[in-house]
Amino acid sequence: MTEKLVIIGNGMAPGRMLEHLLEHAPGRYAVTIFNAEPRVNYDRIMLSPVLSGEKDYEEIIIHGDGWYIKHGITLYKGHKIIAIDREAKTVTSDHGVTEPYDKLVIATGSVPFIIPVPGHNLPGVLTYRDLDDVRAMMLAAQSRAKAVVIGGGLLGLEAAAGLNAQGMDVTVLHVMPTLMERQLDPAAGYLLQRAVEQRGIKVITKANTQAITGNGKVEQVELADGTIIPATLVVMAVGIRPNAALAKEAGIAVNRGIVVDAGMRSNDPDIYALGECAEVHGMVYGLVAPLYEMARVAAHQLAGNEAAAFVHMDTPTKLKVTGIDLFSLGDFAEGEDRQEIVLRDAAAGVYKRLVLKDDRIIGTVLYGETADGAWFNDLKKKQTDISQMRETLIFGQSYQGGAPLDPMAAVAALPDDAEICGCNGVCKGKITGAITAKGLTSLDDVRAHTKASASCGSCTGLVEKLMVLTLGDTYNPAAVQPMCSCTTLGHDEVRRLIKAKHLKTIPAVMQELEWKTSCGCAKCRPALNYYLVCDWPDDYADDYQSRFINERVHANIQKDGTYSVVPRMWGGVTNAAELRAIADVVDKFEIPMVKVTGGQRIDMLGIRKEDLPAVWADLGQAGFVSGHAYAKGLRTVKTCVGSDWCRFGTQDSTGLGVRIEKFMWGSWTPAKVKMAVSGCPRNCAEATCKDIGIICVDSGYEIHFAGAAGLDIKGTEVLGLVKTEDEALEHIVALTQMYREQGRYLERIYKWAKRIGVPEIKRQIMDDDAKRKAYYDRFVFSQKFAQVDPWSERVSGKDKHEFRPMASVGFAQAAE
Amino acid sequence: MFAKKCEPVSVKNTRKKGIQMNWISIGVISDIPRRGARCVATPQGKVAVFRTQDDQVYAIDDHCPHKGGPLSQGIVHGAAVTCPLHNWVISLETGKALGADEGAVRVIPVKVEGERLFLAQEALASRAA
Repeated sequence: MTEKLVIIGNGMAPGRMLEHLLEHAPGRYAVTIFNAEPRVNYDRIMLSPVLSGEKDYEEIIIHGDGWYIKHGITLYKGHKIIAIDREAKTVTSDHGVTEPYDKLVIATGSVPFIIPVPGHNLPGVLTYRDLDDVRAMMLAAQSRAKAVVIGGGLLGLEAAAGLNAQGMDVTVLHVMPTLMERQLDPAAGYLLQRAVEQRGIKVITKANTQAITGNGKVEQVELADGTIIPATLVVMAVGIRPNAALAKEAGIAVNRGIVVDAGMRSNDPDIYALGECAEVHGMVYGLVAPLYEMARVAAHQLAGNEAAAFVHMDTPTKLKVTGIDLFSLGDFAEGEDRQEIVLRDAAAGVYKRLVLKDDRIIGTVLYGETADGAWFNDLKKKQTDISQMRETLIFGQSYQGGAPLDPMAAVAALPDDAEICGCNGVCKGKITGAITAKGLTSLDDVRAHTKASASCGSCTGLVEKLMVLTLGDTYNPAAVQPMCSCTTLGHDEVRRLIKAKHLKTIPAVMQELEWKTSCGCAKCRPALNYYLVCDWPDDYADDYQSRFINERVHANIQKDGTYSVVPRMWGGVTNAAELRAIADVVDKFEIPMVKVTGGQRIDMLGIRKEDLPAVWADLGQAGFVSGHAYAKGLRTVKTCVGSDWCRFGTQDSTGLGVRIEKFMWGSWTPAKVKMAVSGCPRNCAEATCKDIGIICVDSGYEIHFAGAAGLDIKGTEVLGLVKTEDEALEHIVALTQMYREQGRYLERIYKWAKRIGVPEIKRQIMDDDAKRKAYYDRFVFSQKFAQVDPWSERVSGKDKHEFRPMASVGFAQAAE
Repeated sequence: MFAKKCEPVSVKNTRKKGIQMNWISIGVISDIPRRGARCVATPQGKVAVFRTQDDQVYAIDDHCPHKGGPLSQGIVHGAAVTCPLHNWVISLETGKALGADEGAVRVIPVKVEGERLFLAQEALASRAA
């Protein structure tokens, strides 16, 4: 008979335990999980990148809903267990669910330590523990106001960097003289402080917080020395303590944490504890590697292997702040019996220190250059006698044995039992073995099978080198397609970093994101220009030299170097005066070809570049503006005659088409956007193959999107039905803005929709009223800067240099 | 819409020792936007004059070796331009196509004196021959 296993808590440790358990004893237990947080298991280590905007929540999920369903696990989200009845062997949640157990695992984690200063419970004082804290901080950051982070340890500095990336003015208060004093010696602490300050974060050390004050909410922080720091947000990141209250109430032995033996078993033989809430051999742990080891041990115990035992281990510490490389391991206090080797390069910001005892490494601090961390860790773990290589030890593995090795050779030289992934305790041999045995070819595969680089990701480079070594040229390390050969980053990463780091010029993007070329190329420059125009409509000065010629001169280049000109005809409607003006222009400039386009307007082809401003001047006289037939932007809104004329028409499709076009013209989009409005389901405007289309019906307006009728042919998806013209406009505008913000440059709507998923788009535009409104508002704001007719600007003299030669030479001499 | 008509001026050649070379003034460097190009009309066709991000000036025929696209209309990056018609990348220094494509366009010597720009007259004339 299957036994009942109940788990309290759904963090990373129990998640990992279940993975092991499913592997070693599949089907043995019927598993039920109670999670006080209303969500699935996600990677808490990656909260800092979420806060800084470098990652989305969706990217840090470890087990999605599907995983629980697939393994038949019952997950109660948002259920907090309030009582354990050890007599009856049941647990009860705050929603009144009572569940019996045969075995119980307590994984309640930790709670942040709150300094009990006056004002610690004012609104605006947050901790940094879970996704809700991160969301609250991101919301607070929108005000661009001042934040104080109390605590200059790992968590506090990550929080400070994240808030700084979100545009806040941040001050870090640290009670000790140097930052991260538990992991870093004073010299490295100083370098770290300098690097943090260079990012615009203020640091006050020896800061003793006395009170947080304000009228109904946080307004300032007061220090013992009388310093007053204004703040609208205070984040307490001074430490954590095991969350063992529930166990204590149930009468389980609790010291600092829930006391367990090496097999993770509490004094009740049917109850186990693991993770940050557990205390084993008098120690409690907060870093992921030992917690995962607890998970492994607990899973083996539950599977019946009573020999599995937890052994204490030192874990390297790394700071997850982009651009700061720091590694610390073991014991680095000075002492009589200890020696040290130190390397400093102040200009390069490098500091390395090895602490030795009896010719063996016992501690390591690396700052600025951490590539050798794994190697030093390996030497320490194995207690290798380093006396033979002492002279060059500090220079790292590459310098051992004469000539420097290239990084690949250094990885090749690592022994099979060298640890590669510190978080998950995965050694080199396990990774290379899995690659060969299971035929793994991608980084994601390796992560899935070995867990290496699946937590904090700082060993990704090493894992990729191992893949290259094992697979040779068949491995393509680019997990994401880079934008172009100027960068290793993909479009999505670049877009996210532009927002997160507030990059507002192309040179700033290239500098901050470490572009490999001095000024980009013809692929990345137009893409960056679009992203900046889209993200900072009011701040960014459009870089015309980064636009393709058509958008630079607002006409379409033809194969012979002449241009074609297409004025806007709103909704495809025109009149005698407009047609007469076009006819006059055609005669005057001897335009060789006039053609009706597929988007219901008129194209004049074969115009010399020098003539463009004069052509536009004449067209402008007749009231024409640019049709943007050349733009990655709104092109046409095709219409049928609708209820005004057609005996089948249900709504004023022409009027709506004109209204949409007048509202949305001038907007730039990742790729061209063509629309149509049909007055009835007979669909004479062919709306069902457009980027966005509307089919009018008696009951309202059916909104379609993601059609294609070019390289690919694809019918549209239905977004939904709305009742009024106003709603139709709002939904279309919001959809367009969502696409503008998320689309990759040159990615049409149908490709973007395939990538994001139609249900997600529907959810955001149809179901989430607040989100739709926000998209709509951002589009409207951006239009304030976009709706300027480029033709009339140029008629009045803008960019004159584009339309005339710099000089004419040699014509006098030609007569010779 | 009149372009400047420029007279040839004689300047001591610095490139080829001993040979007197005629240089034709075409304007000043600020006539051309950074990472941009302007055309100089000649009886033999247009010459594209480029100014890079770091103010280097180059001149090549405004005629892509692939299908004759107007290189002056392309996007300028580093010391290269991408043709607007089919994205060939042409080196401004050598006139040669970069990457997998093969072909070359003529390079016309340019002289920069302070702000003023000059093209080599002989090079302009030689193309007619």
